[in-house]
Amino acid sequence: MAIVADAPKAGFRLSMLIYDTRYRSLTIQVIVMILFMGGVAWLVDNAIQNLQTLGKDFNFGFLWNRAGYDINQRLVEYSNDSTHARALLIGLLNTLLVAFLGCVAATIIGVFAGVLRLSKNWLVGRIMTVYVEVVRNVPLLLWILLTYAALTEALPPLADFRGDNPTSTMVLNNSMAFTNQYTVMPEPLFSRSLGNIDIGIFLISVDLLAIIAVIVGSVLANRAIKAHATRVQEATGDRPVTWWKSLMVTTLPLLALLLALGFHLGYPELGRFNFSGGTEISNSLMALWLALAIYTGAYIAEIVRAGIMAISHGQSEAAFALGLRPGRTMNLVVLPQALRVIIPPLISQYLNLTKNSSLAIAVGYMDLRGTLGGITLNQTGRELECMMLLMLIYLAISLGISAIMNVYNNSVKLKER
Amino acid sequence: MIKQLFFGSLAATGMMAGFASAATLDDVKARGELNCGVTTGLVGFAAPDANGQWAGFDVDYCRALAAAVLGDGSKVKFVPTTGQTRFTALSSGEVDVLARNTTWTYSRDTDLKLTFVGVNYYDGQGFMVNKSLGVTSAKELDGATVCIQTGTTTELNLADFFKANNMTYKPVAIETNAEGEQQYGAGACDTYTTDASGLAATRASFADPENHIVLPEIISKEPLGPLVRHGDDQWADIARWTLNALIAAEEFGITSANADELAKGTDNPEINRILGTEGDLGAMVGLDAQWALRAIKNAGNYGEIFAANIGESTPIGLARGLNAQWTQGGLLYTPPFR
Repeated sequence: MAIVADAPKAGFRLSMLIYDTRYRSLTIQVIVMILFMGGVAWLVDNAIQNLQTLGKDFNFGFLWNRAGYDINQRLVEYSNDSTHARALLIGLLNTLLVAFLGCVAATIIGVFAGVLRLSKNWLVGRIMTVYVEVVRNVPLLLWILLTYAALTEALPPLADFRGDNPTSTMVLNNSMAFTNQYTVMPEPLFSRSLGNIDIGIFLISVDLLAIIAVIVGSVLANRAIKAHATRVQEATGDRPVTWWKSLMVTTLPLLALLLALGFHLGYPELGRFNFSGGTEISNSLMALWLALAIYTGAYIAEIVRAGIMAISHGQSEAAFALGLRPGRTMNLVVLPQALRVIIPPLISQYLNLTKNSSLAIAVGYMDLRGTLGGITLNQTGRELECMMLLMLIYLAISLGISAIMNVYNNSVKLKER
Repeated sequence: MIKQLFFGSLAATGMMAGFASAATLDDVKARGELNCGVTTGLVGFAAPDANGQWAGFDVDYCRALAAAVLGDGSKVKFVPTTGQTRFTALSSGEVDVLARNTTWTYSRDTDLKLTFVGVNYYDGQGFMVNKSLGVTSAKELDGATVCIQTGTTTELNLADFFKANNMTYKPVAIETNAEGEQQYGAGACDTYTTDASGLAATRASFADPENHIVLPEIISKEPLGPLVRHGDDQWADIARWTLNALIAAEEFGITSANADELAKGTDNPEINRILGTEGDLGAMVGLDAQWALRAIKNAGNYGEIFAANIGESTPIGLARGLNAQWTQGGLLYTPPFR
């Protein structure tokens, strides 16, 4: 009787790391990982050694020193006595401002261009094709410079507004002026202001908070009115007339608040060199915003077109069969489904736009790259610290945008039950 | 530009391989070429001429240095740098010497780990305005829009000046002098501020220089000079004494024309020591005896270089002023060659 012995238990041999498919992939991964870590360690070590050779240290203490330089465009208070960290904040806010404005404008332009590119109207379709192809095939920097040059060359210099018989005049009842440096317009002022709240980093106007609160309240009330109308309609079949209620709810509280705060407009006046009073929008912001929006809009247009074309034609045919007009078919049937295809690549376009805003220095817009990565870096000589901080901040902004857009994507994507 | 700066910074902090070694002299000799950082273009100081050859006051210093070290003033590679990239270019070893209208300040000398080898132009910050504005003094500039090169000392002086005089201004940050000229010319700013010598050079390049004036106020001290990295004292000595040789040559009347003649021997021992006919000054810095002679013969002494590039007979038309020899009431005063 033969006893079948157990299959021989082969001991582990080193060669199995290469020849045994069970271990091979692991071996490769470990080797690559070691090489990668070695490379990183070499870079870090090299940087440390060279910093030592140069006699430089690595610390971020300079951020709390006096900056000493001035910044033209600022959303919160800043003077040359502020710290470098404060200058960083100014730059960050400027970056976020242009990124936000750019994303909104690019989306609007992109959706219009994308939809129109599919238009049955030959001319409209071709014009959009030309827009997309011309804009996205020329470097962004050139568009920024071109927009800026167009604004500075086409608009009159401030000197034209001066003198006894100026060649340029302000428009809209002397309330607005377009100059080659900036556009100035009336600013909202409150004679019975509620003051500001200091939240440590900057001041928040209580007036603004009150206005926002009232607007939000109005919108909620308006919704309640409409919901009530819908309930009545479902119960009785008749929809009560609500437009006058909506109008009153949305306008009256706001008007009352503005009256209570003593709202009035501060008109700009031309001084010795510049306009004083009024709100200024610099041409560099305008140029950067327009260029970023137009450029990114071209990419978004293609994404929107692809999204629409991804929706089966049967969907529109079904909508037509139900009697929906083309416009409503697009808004109610096609675009909501197309969004699922559009959102993921749209996120990367938003990220691109935000990162591309670092070209701002070309037109002298003081964004993060201009303050922290530009003047602070040069005046303090802390290249490594500034660049790393700059990279970290851009990374954080991008991840933030990604996170927000992913939440939105999850809310519109196909729900599988 | 951004990429350039980024890589510049990477290189500066040494994350990339190939860091400049301490012995710059050996590197330059082995390379057979001197890498000299200059401006991106400031007529009179450093700008390519009609034939694409770099010419100017700072350029001639670099050529003199190349002549001293390599024996040929044409063996220079000029690396244009902006106000933002210049120090990283020097720290990273991309250039051996920076001759770029750079102000000698405490923090640059110490914190940035650079060594200024002397002053080749005593300057001060001024303002240029269009005559039609009717401004006659910088004190009248309250509320003006000011074009300012970013990453410079002028940026900080400007803030200090307006603050001290209780005035406000709107800064417009620009990257290079060319951009400043264009912005100022287009009326995007009321006044352009930089070193007075730079303003004179900029004004000279306008089509209508007579319509612009440089205001009388000089709001800062701007001693401009060449600089090298910390950590190579021999190279710093060579750069320093080449500049001193050019200045001393003017003081002792050595010119590009008579240098060869004087090198045969004179009654003045100091001239003999400079030109290498007496003593062994060259060997002390690792060069041969004729190093200073070659430097002087290249484009002449300090006075000749000044007159040819930025002097009163040129379109830039700068007077010697502070930059005259100490014997003429100026500030140029070199330590003795002995």
